[in-house]
Amino acid sequence: MRAVVTVIGKDAVGILAKVSTKCAEHNANVIEVTQSVLQDLFAMIMLVDISKLSTDFAQLADDLTALGDSMGLKIHTMHEDIFNCMHHI
Amino acid sequence: MINTYDVLETIRMIQDECLDIRTITMGISLLDCIDSDIDKACEKVYKKITQKAKNLVSVGEGIEKEFGIPIINKRISVTPIAIISAACKCSPVPFAKAMDRAAKDVGVNLIGGYSALVQKGFSAGDIELIKSIPEALSSTERVCSSVNVGSTKTGINLDACKIMGKIIRECAEKTVDSACFGAAKLVVFCNAVEDNPFMAGAFHGVGEPDCMINVGVSGPGVVRAALKKYPDADITQIADVIKKISYKITRVGQLVGVTASQRLGVPFGIVDLSLAPTPAVGDSVAHILEEIGLEKCGTHGTTAALALLNDAVKKGGVMACSRIGGLSGAFIPVSEDAGMIDAAKSGTLSIEKLEAMTAVCSVGLDMIVVPGDTEADTLAAIIADEAAIGMVNSKTTAVRIIPAIGKDVGDELDWGGLFGCGPVMPLKKESPSKFINRGGQIPAPLHSLKN
Repeated sequence: MRAVVTVIGKDAVGILAKVSTKCAEHNANVIEVTQSVLQDLFAMIMLVDISKLSTDFAQLADDLTALGDSMGLKIHTMHEDIFNCMHHI
Repeated sequence: MINTYDVLETIRMIQDECLDIRTITMGISLLDCIDSDIDKACEKVYKKITQKAKNLVSVGEGIEKEFGIPIINKRISVTPIAIISAACKCSPVPFAKAMDRAAKDVGVNLIGGYSALVQKGFSAGDIELIKSIPEALSSTERVCSSVNVGSTKTGINLDACKIMGKIIRECAEKTVDSACFGAAKLVVFCNAVEDNPFMAGAFHGVGEPDCMINVGVSGPGVVRAALKKYPDADITQIADVIKKISYKITRVGQLVGVTASQRLGVPFGIVDLSLAPTPAVGDSVAHILEEIGLEKCGTHGTTAALALLNDAVKKGGVMACSRIGGLSGAFIPVSEDAGMIDAAKSGTLSIEKLEAMTAVCSVGLDMIVVPGDTEADTLAAIIADEAAIGMVNSKTTAVRIIPAIGKDVGDELDWGGLFGCGPVMPLKKESPSKFINRGGQIPAPLHSLKN
């Protein structure tokens, strides 16, 4: 089982570090990271393995959203199936 | 690897364009709850509903969290109560109260199925149920009711139309204190479907399995946003854009339905390929029609644009899911759609135009507020007109119309939330009483010599 973590907001130092630390706290293994900075806008998409989570999925999603709020970023954590089903036949 | 563009598109659709799953509806058969003792029957009904649906809301909320998509409503539909209550030979209102209690205890916001199917005549229990609808809807909070008065195979039961005209008025009169809301929980159908997940007309047909999950999708805002990117495309391209986006919307419905059915241990039924608006800004079917090129919804060209939209939604959705059913098409409830409300207030959208629109889209005259002094026979004639469109075109049509008791054209009724607010729309003043009071059955139409 994998989830997609999307981080969008104003660029700052340490975004990747803080988000991956939070993932590690929940035992979510980061598999892949794509990030881009367009002018001031930071967009990062992380693919994380959630099959061995130490908490439940909702807790991880809520903690990441809260982390985002504290840094002025929007963080969405969604199961990868929603993207696969919507964009692949 | 997941494509960045795809990920951002999905997130934008959910965050900015109001993409949501409108409803997960659990259909529950109550046929095994029949008992000639009404108290025993009601207890069985309560137990079966609360047992089958005990995890419906928590599973729905879990899926919302996991996929990051809002599931606006979790609901229940049951076997038409007229069938269950027939053996009791008394007023079936206690069934409505048992349903209401069960709905509150499992946490669903509406429960449908206080219904009767009388397209060809009344059997035991039907008349008692229909007469009890005003009391049932005014003494409960979450129960919804529907009556099927016609079908393509049977024709239209004009006696039932006449009675329903009176019942709609009574429902409104009994709930004046809550802006006549009783009438908003009552739908009169022609060609009612057995697996509809949408309220207020949902019921669980007798041909359905014991328990199943049906899903209704939404997404007018997403369609409009997609069309915005093609200001100069020709109409064939417009149809293609709608098909593609409706495929994506429906795929999410399929995913949510399959996941919910696995987690609840209940078979998955159908996805209703629908565009269901809400009064929220950016979630309007009328605004899609305006994006296609109408200055205001309701003007000339509206029927053609809606026909295109409705057809493209189905074509896109068909391939996206394993089984399709319900009402499948664009909904045009006036009070629940910001663009429709505007168009009705400005006078561009009339009830006559809405009637024409129902010939090419899902359902019918939905959430329309009419003057409080409208005669019951006029309401019956509106039902008959709408049923005739459904009967002749082999499609589902419905009437959910609310007489605003004590109000007239220029006033409005406001329910808030998903039900929105509707301006009182003018009706013709001339009486159809003689026609309605003839009674009897309008014969089923011929299916050849089509013109």
